[in-house]
Amino acid sequence: MQVGLTHYLVLSALLFCLGLYAMLSRRNAVAILMGIELMLNAANINLVAFNKYVAPTALNGQVFALVVITLAACEAGVGLALVMAAYRNLETVHVDEINIMKW
Amino acid sequence: MGELAAFIILSAITLVSAVVVVTSGNIVRSALSLVPTFLGVTGFYILLQAEFVAGIQVLIYAGAITVLILFVIMLTEGGTGLRVPQINEQVPMSILASAALALLLISVFIRAPWPTAKEALPQYTASGIGEALLTNLVLVFEVTSLVLLVALMGAIIIARREH
Amino acid sequence: MNWGLEIAKAVGLAVVMFTFLAVVAAMFGVLLERKIGGWIQSRLGPKHVGPQGLLQTIADTVKLLQKEHITPRAADVVIFNTAPLIVAVAGLMDWIVIPFGPTLIVRDLNIGVLFFAAMASLTVVGILAGGFASNNKYSLLGGLRSASQMISYELPMAAAFIAVAMQAGTLSTVGIVNAQAQRGWFVLWQFPAFVIFLIAATAEVNRVPFDLPEAESELVAGYFSEYTGMRFALFQLGEYAEMFGMAAMATTLFLGGWLGPLLPPVIWFLLKMYLIVFFLMWMRWTYPRLRLDHLLNLSWKLLLPAGLIWILITGFVITFF
Repeated sequence: MQVGLTHYLVLSALLFCLGLYAMLSRRNAVAILMGIELMLNAANINLVAFNKYVAPTALNGQVFALVVITLAACEAGVGLALVMAAYRNLETVHVDEINIMKW
Repeated sequence: MGELAAFIILSAITLVSAVVVVTSGNIVRSALSLVPTFLGVTGFYILLQAEFVAGIQVLIYAGAITVLILFVIMLTEGGTGLRVPQINEQVPMSILASAALALLLISVFIRAPWPTAKEALPQYTASGIGEALLTNLVLVFEVTSLVLLVALMGAIIIARREH
Repeated sequence: MNWGLEIAKAVGLAVVMFTFLAVVAAMFGVLLERKIGGWIQSRLGPKHVGPQGLLQTIADTVKLLQKEHITPRAADVVIFNTAPLIVAVAGLMDWIVIPFGPTLIVRDLNIGVLFFAAMASLTVVGILAGGFASNNKYSLLGGLRSASQMISYELPMAAAFIAVAMQAGTLSTVGIVNAQAQRGWFVLWQFPAFVIFLIAATAEVNRVPFDLPEAESELVAGYFSEYTGMRFALFQLGEYAEMFGMAAMATTLFLGGWLGPLLPPVIWFLLKMYLIVFFLMWMRWTYPRLRLDHLLNLSWKLLLPAGLIWILITGFVITFF
């Protein structure tokens, strides 16, 4: 049988839910950011799959995926800078230990 | 037939590596297992005839974001390699939530009647993307570069050591 | 399309190409390095093994193969063993898009130059993993320094690629050489990009003057201190294959690839590639090593702005002339 649109959509749904599980259940802040990267990759697969199967004349899906990759890089950069600054001041990267607002 | 075989192999690589990323107890191992995940996603882009996006994915995700994550792990306490418990007390609820969302999404995706188009993609998508970015979508291009500039400055300022 | 045939062809070509590289790049390249280093330093290189020392690398390989395979006790075994594989494979994958002749290329991808840059940036992950998994603070420091150097120098390299691709109008390596056939070699038109690319390529493969991460006198061989025997050989293979790959890409992009009057195209390509390899080795034995902050300043404050300004100038010239 041919590989159709639904194959890619099911795969990206599974990848998205794995990323969601990482985001909800891990303690290390960097691991949460890794889960976010998995979710963004799943969304990108969806965009490019829709571009090929539903709207192939304009390359909007692929341009959107490129923009999402760029923004994911920015967000990873700023997020990891925040994790490093938090580690320097609070001396922990485990998010369940960062539970007081006033230092 | 070949495409189906490639799809199955790539999805096995991607999903197994993603499971290692989200469940490994050693954070360096889970960060390094992001690389096969991203390479699997690159394979999917190549199957979907988006070769420029595939090249950018390897260059940025597997080459730069993974390195950034590894750097931050080594500069914060994960670099000692100690075996601290990496999961918090929300594990049963999060398994339930992710499984429920997965079931919902998959059932919607399988049942929805997607309008499949008959045309084919242009042969060289790299030049097509370049033209689209500089004619129809030039505003997207400019705003993205502005966001990159702001993120660059912000990350440098936040991560600086206070003197 | 016939998938079985395509896969067989791709695998066969890859095996041929990688074996040829493993023989030429690692073996002949190491010998060439020692001989050229000897001549520059007014001494003879290796002379005993074989006529004029030509079989020296075979002796070296046999020596490395029969060394004991040591894993540090508290090291992470899986990561320790896969790190040299990542470096070697990424260094060899670059060669898929290098054109030795008009049709002598493993696969003429239409994103050829982007694929080359992507494979060069995969090497960094292997080096970081190797540095961390050795459970040794010198290896970790060497790995972090090497990774920060390599990612800093990817940007000027990409700027040089963009300038050449803008002038040639295509990202495919065969297309770039054909564009040079019409207009003249890009070393004349894009000389600043050539200089930027050579400096960035030297830094990408961790060679002197940018080899602080593997400095023998300071960091005890940096990120591969704990590797012995075959794994060390794999790291070296990856680095030499990548150095030859950067030289091959420099000839493709700037020196006209296989173009030349009388001899067959492959001979011209190999001559130009060995010219650049000789230049890289000459630089190794001439310059002292740069300190880490000088190295990073050179990339971020000099090469990257120069590359961006050159892209701007190229854009202007292409649009208005």
